[in-house]
Amino acid sequence: MSADTYTLPGATGDWEVVMGLEIHAQVVSQAKLFSGAATAFGAAPNTQVSLVDAAMPGMLPVINEHVVEQAVKTGLGLNAQINTWSRFDRKNYFYPDLPQGYQISQFQFPIVGEGEIECERDDGSRFTVRIERLHLEQDAGKSIHDLDPNSTYVDLNRSGVALMEIVSKPDIRSPDEASAYVSKLRTILRYLGTCGGDMEKGQLRADVNVSVCKPGAYEKFRETGDFSHLGTRCEIKNVNSLRFIRQAIEYEAQRQIDIIEEGGKIDQETRLFDANTGVTRSMRSKEEAHDYRYFPDPDLLPLELQQDWIDQIRVNLPELPDAKRERFVSEMGLSEYDASVLAADKDRAAYFEEVAEGRDAKLASNWVNNELYGRLNKEGLTITDCPVSAAQMSGLVGLIEDKTISGKIAKDVFEILWAEGGDPAKIVEDRGLKQVTDTGAIEAVIDQLIADNPDQAASVKEKPKAMGWFVGQVMKAMQGKANPQAVNEILQKKLLG
Amino acid sequence: MRTMSDLLKLSLTDVSAKLKAKEVSASELATEAVKACKAAQPALNAFTAFDEDKTQAMAKAADARLAKGEGGLLEGVPLAIKDLFAVEGVDTSASSNILKGFKPTYESTVTSKLWGKGAVFVAKTSMDEFAMGSSNETANTGPVVNPWKAAGGNESLTPGGSSGGSAAAVAADLCFGATGTDTGGSIRQPASFTGTVGVKGTYGRTSRWGVVAFASSLDHPGPFAKTVKDSAMMLQAMSGHDPKDSTSLPNEVPDFVAACGQSVKGLKIGVPKEYRVDGMPAEIDDAWQKGIDWLKAAGCEIVDISLPHTKYALPAYYIVAPAEASSNLARYDGMRYGNRVDGPDLNGTYENTRGAGFGHEVQRRIMIGTYVLSAGYYDAYYLRAQKVRTRILQDFHDAFDKVDAILTPSAPSAAFALGSKSDDPIAMYLNDVFTVTANLAGVPAMSVPAGLDSSGLPLGLQVITRALDEETMFKVGAALEDSAGFTHKAAKWW
Repeated sequence: MSADTYTLPGATGDWEVVMGLEIHAQVVSQAKLFSGAATAFGAAPNTQVSLVDAAMPGMLPVINEHVVEQAVKTGLGLNAQINTWSRFDRKNYFYPDLPQGYQISQFQFPIVGEGEIECERDDGSRFTVRIERLHLEQDAGKSIHDLDPNSTYVDLNRSGVALMEIVSKPDIRSPDEASAYVSKLRTILRYLGTCGGDMEKGQLRADVNVSVCKPGAYEKFRETGDFSHLGTRCEIKNVNSLRFIRQAIEYEAQRQIDIIEEGGKIDQETRLFDANTGVTRSMRSKEEAHDYRYFPDPDLLPLELQQDWIDQIRVNLPELPDAKRERFVSEMGLSEYDASVLAADKDRAAYFEEVAEGRDAKLASNWVNNELYGRLNKEGLTITDCPVSAAQMSGLVGLIEDKTISGKIAKDVFEILWAEGGDPAKIVEDRGLKQVTDTGAIEAVIDQLIADNPDQAASVKEKPKAMGWFVGQVMKAMQGKANPQAVNEILQKKLLG
Repeated sequence: MRTMSDLLKLSLTDVSAKLKAKEVSASELATEAVKACKAAQPALNAFTAFDEDKTQAMAKAADARLAKGEGGLLEGVPLAIKDLFAVEGVDTSASSNILKGFKPTYESTVTSKLWGKGAVFVAKTSMDEFAMGSSNETANTGPVVNPWKAAGGNESLTPGGSSGGSAAAVAADLCFGATGTDTGGSIRQPASFTGTVGVKGTYGRTSRWGVVAFASSLDHPGPFAKTVKDSAMMLQAMSGHDPKDSTSLPNEVPDFVAACGQSVKGLKIGVPKEYRVDGMPAEIDDAWQKGIDWLKAAGCEIVDISLPHTKYALPAYYIVAPAEASSNLARYDGMRYGNRVDGPDLNGTYENTRGAGFGHEVQRRIMIGTYVLSAGYYDAYYLRAQKVRTRILQDFHDAFDKVDAILTPSAPSAAFALGSKSDDPIAMYLNDVFTVTANLAGVPAMSVPAGLDSSGLPLGLQVITRALDEETMFKVGAALEDSAGFTHKAAKWW
């Protein structure tokens, strides 16, 4: 915990917030968890449904081995214990978008046990979130209530899609930390290629458990592991953006504080966040909670993994964001900040690394982080839609590095690349943008300028700053192609002697 | 001259030879079988669906293969199929109103395998609703009537259950074999009641894919047949690894048919003392003793053994099976297929649909199952029952360290009168007392007709062997059959 704990003021003094998150991450896989049906997003309703997904009589689930591999990969990426023996259980409840009348999940024996990840707050400080477990389960279908006033429609495309539920310990202490945790988790999943992480498409959904307590209580909980030191928690279901996570927590914490301070008590319950009003409202109380009647799914054998197989996956894990960030700093000489920004996004990091190949890393980093991302953000594009390829960008950085063009001209070339594409070297060549380092040519321009502006020239001796005017004029006369260093040197010599 | 209906009295083995010798065509045989089934239907009520176009098409294809001298193990043989098996395009309703009229677009693995070996579909057979029952009285189409009647009596008897329709169809010579499913004795008890051979292999030997689930960890598809060898042919054709069923055994299927008739000399046969239950009719005991004597005479060594946890098997079974059933039957909610009865709201629709769709026994078991899985009861019931199950498995392991096969009665009585136990669920559940253990342990077991009781009703003996050792089961079964010389048939009254 950083020195400044997030607190909310109340009539009875300060309050602290404690949170644990349950993240549902859709596993990247061609097929569903227990059936061969496809999983593409946005397909026409009920077109990606097998007999198993529709729970036809006599249908049986068969585990998708690729999904198991993805879960193990994720567990390893979360520095977590991989359980070589795990089991699928049935969670029983009735709902029209749950065809089997039960969800196959891992209740008692999850495939992945305890782990931890390091996250970064807005201010750059870091904190650790411990992972309680990761288990595999089936997604339900989708109920659509707004197509018809009298009916609910059900789309089973999502029914049976593989989810990883990743449960954190109650280690999250502020809205900022909650958002940072989800964001870091998403980054790791995307690096691993085990979840697309797109919250808008529902690939990543968060349930947030929120409770409030008085200062000191949390520390007692951490010392003893005794949950009674913490407040009663409410679970906010299905919050689907980082912004909403922050909003939901802020609202919910304040709601709980108000109730307690007015002499009430918090009921353990499940709540929904309404993104339109920014309010959470009760979905069902503990008394109304389902009795899910979990029991081992008799249609499936326990999942037994070979240690060799797990080790093989471990060996083939890609470099993860923390390692990448550290390498960018230690081997490439980037600042912590630049390295963090680049490593936080898998595609951005990959793009950068291609640009930086054989180039000055800092220069490459500046161009990617500033020029390129500035432009992408302005246009509302992501790096994967970027019209300028990493190879083009690398070419451009190379031209700056070997002084073929100045940084200023490079910006023009970047504009051309963005709008028209092409090979940066050829653009520079064809359009005559090459930097002029021929001192003779520069001298001639300068001599002419001094001759035309004798008073200005004389004033430089008293006001060296006035030399800037001459630099500008030279550049203007030479359409920006003059090597700025050469221009400075010659001007110094001629004006200051 | 032999008539076509005499042909139906042949064993599967014998009719197969006639088909291969082209003494009869598959088409003629199928036509005759359908005719016989339909003629018997008003009296026996054993069938739930026919599809004569399908039957004829399959028979014609079989004839074409036979004409070329080709054909599988069951080429051209008409079989009846328990209504629990999905048969593509044919009503598959598990004898339940909730699935009435449901026509699957898929074929169960077991029936696919049978058709792949050349068998011809004749009819779907009635059963206790969702295989829950021991008398075939819970079928939505009413009880099946046993072709057997007590000597001098005219009372309608149960063929047993849940696979009563299949048992009756085979016993009445309406087909040459039938499929059943055995969750707690649903093949072996009806076989015993109808003088037929009923088999379940090792759990996982036959695929459950496409079979409407009752209790997944206990459901064993298996055959009914007229002889032990016929049943071996049937199980041979039905068995084999199915990647669509995660609990299907990957093991190679041994030659069951070859095992029939092999010597049993030197085999050790266990006789478990716990199967002598209070109130068991002396005639059952006598039949059992006869079986022991036959096997001794055939050169077997008889060994008294103990299966100490047997008395806990029935209660454990009636926890585990309803627990799984309560979850397996949740999918029948009227939302996607089957019959829906609308209500004022979602829960009302669920209640109306399931209230109207499921019969009382099914509702009872769903409630028992829901109860034993509920928070606060799970440990006391479900978990404890699973522990009992482990002990029962251990009992068998220990026994099979000493013996090669176990001999017991198949059922505690001969066929009883329809209606005589239908108001007493406990009395009904006791029918499974000798059979549930093999389901809980997943070991192979079969019922072989051993003789008739004093009222002329058939009694069966059960042979149980270690997991994966169906061959010894068939060896012992064939030896019993040979010694029993059971050639009795129900006198035709239908």
